[in-house]
Amino acid sequence: MSVTWDFMERDRRSHPPAYTPDYKTTVARSPRQPLLSVETSLSELTGPTFGHHDLGPLDHDLLRNHAVDGDPIGERIIVHGRVTDQSGRPVPGTLVEVWQANAGGRYRHVNDRYLAPIDPNFGGCGRALTDGDGYYRFRTVKPGAYPFRNYANSWRMAHIHFSIFGAGFAQRLITQMYFEGDPLRSQDPIAQTIPDAAALDRLMAPLDLGASLPLDCLAYRFDIVLRGRRQTFFENRPEGA
Amino acid sequence: MPLPYPIETPSQTAGPFLHIGLLPDVAGHDRHPAVLGRAVAGPAATGPWIEIVGRVTDGTGAPVRDMLVEVWQADAAGIYNHPADPRVADVSPDFTGFGRTHTAFADGSFGIKTIKPGRVPARSGTLQAPHLSLWLAARGVNIGLATRLYFDDEAEANASDPILNTIEAEARRETLLARSEGDGRYRFDIRLQGDNETVFLDV
Repeated sequence: MSVTWDFMERDRRSHPPAYTPDYKTTVARSPRQPLLSVETSLSELTGPTFGHHDLGPLDHDLLRNHAVDGDPIGERIIVHGRVTDQSGRPVPGTLVEVWQANAGGRYRHVNDRYLAPIDPNFGGCGRALTDGDGYYRFRTVKPGAYPFRNYANSWRMAHIHFSIFGAGFAQRLITQMYFEGDPLRSQDPIAQTIPDAAALDRLMAPLDLGASLPLDCLAYRFDIVLRGRRQTFFENRPEGA
Repeated sequence: MPLPYPIETPSQTAGPFLHIGLLPDVAGHDRHPAVLGRAVAGPAATGPWIEIVGRVTDGTGAPVRDMLVEVWQADAAGIYNHPADPRVADVSPDFTGFGRTHTAFADGSFGIKTIKPGRVPARSGTLQAPHLSLWLAARGVNIGLATRLYFDDEAEANASDPILNTIEAEARRETLLARSEGDGRYRFDIRLQGDNETVFLDV
């Protein structure tokens, strides 16, 4: 018998359910059959790995990585935090990808037709690897709120999309970071898909004056918790025959 | 009171513009960074090569035209390119096992060129049937959807696969089978809801 590890069960009560009719697009896109609970194997415990050779030197710096003739318009911010798992362990060397609208709430995307203008110096795409302690850091501008087609007057509060891989494919997570104190929180049908207000609090990044740069930019702190890992016992070694 | 653990960061939808961060060339960026996951395997990888084509539809039968489709798989010998696989030293050259694509804006179709994976051990030490792990995210999908793609020409391996056999309604197992169309081409359609809804997994 060998001691090895497994992921803790995902507690779906801290996530939005698939079917949330106030966010209308979920109505036709939510599976109605129960998810099939399966025993994890190497297929879930492993996952893609990335290295510094995969990233460019400005990938984490959204103020510069799409600049043509200057810095983008908007409030300059640092977004930083730590990726840990539910057991409190840091998740080192994992890929964190972000995307966001510009300061006017417009995405640089072929399908976004919002009337706010594109910023020639802003792409809105960034990525970073966590360091040995699980820390990541981006520099960007604060995105603007924008309307979307849901109810006649639905708005998204300002947000940055986050994609995180973790150590195994079963930790894969996509979420959104919001900003402390955003007055649109209670009106945002997507944020409100999360049934537990305390869980949504975890997505509201607090202002972090200690990490701000005087006369340069403010900072917001967004810590991310992935599914925990636990030790387990295998009767047979997982490599099998 | 059970011992409390910090909660997992809640999921949120990837939204309609996920391509900006994950497939920036698809979003129309002309000054984009190198795209990650464009190929599961390179030309020097050990075959056999296959091509999977399919389409994603919603509960009304309409194509889902803004979906991220991610693939994670073992190589032709059933080895994952990951340090937790005890056989990783023998993994195929030019093989990451990770691929990322999207459904077409026009019709919700997608395609993946890859290596047909070998059999990977199950928890019990028996072998699982060859499969790809898929993970889907999109606007209107509040938390990423995990499923698996198996192959209909692996009947013997499929018959003993622990996950396929956990699906109580035998007819629903068919939703996880890619259909061979010959010449290494397979069809795998994904239905998010309704008749023949794809089996999604809580992994």
